[in-house]
Amino acid sequence: MSKSIKRPKQFHQWLLIGVGIALTFIMLILPLTLIFTQAFSGGIELLRANLNEDFMQHALKLTLLAAILTVPINLIFGILLAWCVTHYDFIGRRLLITLVEIPYATSPVVAGFCYLVVYGVEGIVGKYLYAHDIQLMFAWPGIIMVTVFVTAPYIARILMPLMQKQGTEEEIAALSLGASGWKIFWHVTLPNIKWALLYGAVITNARAVGEFGAVAVVSGTIMNQTLTLPLLVEQLNNDYKTAAAFTAAGLLACMALLTLVLKTLMEWRQERREEASDGSPERPA
Amino acid sequence: MSFGFSTLYISLVILLPISALFIYVSGMTWDQYWFAITDARVLQSYEVTIAGAFYSTVIVTFIGFLLAWIVTRYDFPGRRLIDSLVDLPFALPTSVAGITLSALFIPTGWLGKWFDVFGIKISYAFPGIVVAMIFTSLPFIVRSVQPVLEDMEKELEEAALMLGANKWQIFWRVILPTLIPALVTGSSQAFSRSLGEFGAVIMIAGNIPFQTEVTSLMLFVRMQEYNYQAAAAIASVVLLASLLLLFLLQIVQSRFFKKA
Repeated sequence: MSKSIKRPKQFHQWLLIGVGIALTFIMLILPLTLIFTQAFSGGIELLRANLNEDFMQHALKLTLLAAILTVPINLIFGILLAWCVTHYDFIGRRLLITLVEIPYATSPVVAGFCYLVVYGVEGIVGKYLYAHDIQLMFAWPGIIMVTVFVTAPYIARILMPLMQKQGTEEEIAALSLGASGWKIFWHVTLPNIKWALLYGAVITNARAVGEFGAVAVVSGTIMNQTLTLPLLVEQLNNDYKTAAAFTAAGLLACMALLTLVLKTLMEWRQERREEASDGSPERPA
Repeated sequence: MSFGFSTLYISLVILLPISALFIYVSGMTWDQYWFAITDARVLQSYEVTIAGAFYSTVIVTFIGFLLAWIVTRYDFPGRRLIDSLVDLPFALPTSVAGITLSALFIPTGWLGKWFDVFGIKISYAFPGIVVAMIFTSLPFIVRSVQPVLEDMEKELEEAALMLGANKWQIFWRVILPTLIPALVTGSSQAFSRSLGEFGAVIMIAGNIPFQTEVTSLMLFVRMQEYNYQAAAAIASVVLLASLLLLFLLQIVQSRFFKKA
């Protein structure tokens, strides 16, 4: 923790804190409270009935499926990309780093639409797929594909600076002792990045669960088939089923809170480790 | 091996769909393209989107800076809670943010009723768009500024104090210049996020043609009308704008803010 932290003494410091707390209350705490108040507004019975609705169950399953498939795919990609840009120097290395940022900067709706252009009925690849009765768009595979696109940069972005900082000395040492590539990865690289990986997985998962724009484009919003929870929130809201919409919203808010708790716990762990390593002499590199 | 796979993955997942869009657009005649992107309703949506993103970025930069400042500088009850909650807009799905903010700011809502007294309409009007954009881009500012504030050397400020600088001078001459790169990065991320924001905005904006339609929504509307060509044209404009912003930021970062 920074050493400049101190107890506020003067009036203007308390004023700043007061404004900050008020803003947090209005912008973050009030909306959260509203979600749960609205979800419970029809009483516990209605809440239970809404949770047991077919469309709710189905949307929940689809949302979880998207997250379960997306996270491992991007975990593997993130490790490989971070590995090659931090371990090798090659032409186009900087370009690769910039390219991976594209999903981060692209509007999700545009991203979804790009996928539609490629894999839709009239698309370049889509035409061929449809001829063989494979439908990706307006079906669950399309939802997974755009979710993978939208969440592609997160793990790579977290890993790259870390692997850069750690350098390759330990791996080279292992190599000179005769360890094979896989062994080096499992016993040297992976233990060093496991917390960052977990952190990346939590972030990717949160984004995968909540993606709206891109999924809205390719889902076709078919009840009980291609509606994820975030889409269901919008759909129910449009149908003026406010209580049900906020029930779905409440489910998602619970997942978001879980994400925040996990994220905070991991950050505290990181802080404590840094504090612990502050006092002891640096490990020889 | 890892190089080959990463390149293949980037090509398939990122580059293929994006280039396909441009190939699709290149199949249109110039007149068709121009007509699609300069339609009066679409033009109006550019204005709404850019204005909304601009106002929200300015406001969120101040709010984000304030939050980052108190969380890194002062020890007070609730500091940890604020620090964790700042990421809520990131973790919360945008449609949930949209439905919630819209319910908060309708004239009968918890916050909307206070604005209603003055006749200010927020939900289903332009201010709603700004509110939604502020909410979704808050973490970007805080998380860019916070690490710099934490690492800032106390000695610098103390030296300035010894030399007789007052608080304002220290803030303007010592603290702010160090923070500029982080503020620029954070604000431009917030701006680009706001330009593309869809879920939260459409649920609070009311989507009145010529008034509160954002460009992402226009793209969506054209798509639902099965007018794929017009949708593709609009998508290409948005995509070019965001890629331009991305590369611009990369250049600015590597040119001016290079670390010694």
